[in-house]
Amino acid sequence: MCLGIPGKVVEIYEKHGTRMGKVDFGGIVKETCLSFVPEVEVGDYTIIHVGFAITQLDEEAALETLAEIRQMGLLEEELLADEDEHEDVLS
Amino acid sequence: MKYLDEFRDPALARALLDDIGRITTQPWAIMEVCGGQTHSIIRNGIDQLLPPEIELIHGPGCPVCVTPLETIDKALAIAALPGVIFCSFGDMLRVPGSIKNLLQIKSEGGDVRIVYSPLDALQIARDNPDKQVVFFGIGFETTAPANAMAVFQAKQQGLSNFSMLVSHVLVPPAIEAIMQSPTNRVQGFLAAGHVCSVMGYWQYEPLAAAYHVPIVVTGFEPLDVLQGIRMVVQQLEDGRAAVENAYPRATQLDGNSPAQNLIAAVFEVGDRNWRGIGRIPASGWHLRAEYAAYDAEQRFDVADIRTVESPLCRSGEVLQGMIKPNECAAFGKECTPRNPLGATMVSSEGACAAYFNYGRFVELDTVQVAGGT
Ligand code: SF4
Repeated sequence: MCLGIPGKVVEIYEKHGTRMGKVDFGGIVKETCLSFVPEVEVGDYTIIHVGFAITQLDEEAALETLAEIRQMGLLEEELLADEDEHEDVLS
Repeated sequence: MKYLDEFRDPALARALLDDIGRITTQPWAIMEVCGGQTHSIIRNGIDQLLPPEIELIHGPGCPVCVTPLETIDKALAIAALPGVIFCSFGDMLRVPGSIKNLLQIKSEGGDVRIVYSPLDALQIARDNPDKQVVFFGIGFETTAPANAMAVFQAKQQGLSNFSMLVSHVLVPPAIEAIMQSPTNRVQGFLAAGHVCSVMGYWQYEPLAAAYHVPIVVTGFEPLDVLQGIRMVVQQLEDGRAAVENAYPRATQLDGNSPAQNLIAAVFEVGDRNWRGIGRIPASGWHLRAEYAAYDAEQRFDVADIRTVESPLCRSGEVLQGMIKPNECAAFGKECTPRNPLGATMVSSEGACAAYFNYGRFVELDTVQVAGGT
């Protein structure tokens, strides 16, 4: 039950005086309460938990994290390459 | 799906694992507090891919697992009453009470319904004005905005046939209880990302400082979990103990203020019993006096309940990270997800169920590499 999953807001409307919307989870569309994310607009990504959007997903931060990890991979490769070279010299 | 595939990329996971291997020089014990992370770790075999020096201790962060037996028994008593529609998240149905579970109450004629959102229970109350509709409001901080909204709307719309059986627990007091335990082995924490999406993570700074323990806000996909572990290990190796955020795409320092405001309007902090762990001071939310009319414990007479826990079940030790699920003698024998003896075998976020579902019947790393490589 505790899982929060990302989804894309595709529609926003009012129901029983509450800000609601439709959110697309990769093809499955569900009604969601958007009352806690007043800044979210159609097209934005949010994290949905038990039918409520609890936060907007920050695209820039997502890309930054991925870039940082990619960078780490490159660094790792370089270190390995250095080690190989080192071994070559020794042998 | 955007933001899912990217954070499951095996090549990038490899890069993170290599980096963790490079920076690790000695054994470290790290707890993932949240059951959602336990699930992700076991499902993806992350614990087995990490350097042998790093032990992951599975924490008490599964609300299904820590809902006290007494509250489950109350739920069963209310759900069995005529004229009651009892609504719950699906994974509560198999949680064992002292004698029965909600599924048995349902098969005996109780009107027990699974809902996806607490607002669905409100709709059921609107549709059934002659029935009492009770929602089982369990959860950590992540679920609290939703449950608060349901109670708030019920009052606003005058839905007098709706009430909630509340069992809300909080993460920071649980971290504190773990650090204060004389048997504690945890040296660093992965904090639950979505709890922090709601509450922010400023609350963890005094804890990190007081117990000199690194706390890293962590997400749920494999790359998120690995990034969280890498940041905790880096701090441990550097001798630092700070709060850091490995999940900035979904969490900020202050959290979600509209959600916090509604929670504060509906709930107040009080002591809570945790199943298998015991009473933790100021570790839960209760309905405020203004909402007492919507409190199922007040509406139904369920005070006189005597509880009996299975004598075989060691879920308390599992929840506190003292044993791994497969060290319990009943694991996979008397106790399976179909016939669970303890709550940790029920929800997919419970450590016992995660171990069972992904075939962890024996410890693979019993041949511990002494002192590493
Ligand atoms: S395996 Fe079953 S009996 Fe053993 S601790 Fe887990 S839930 Fe309890």
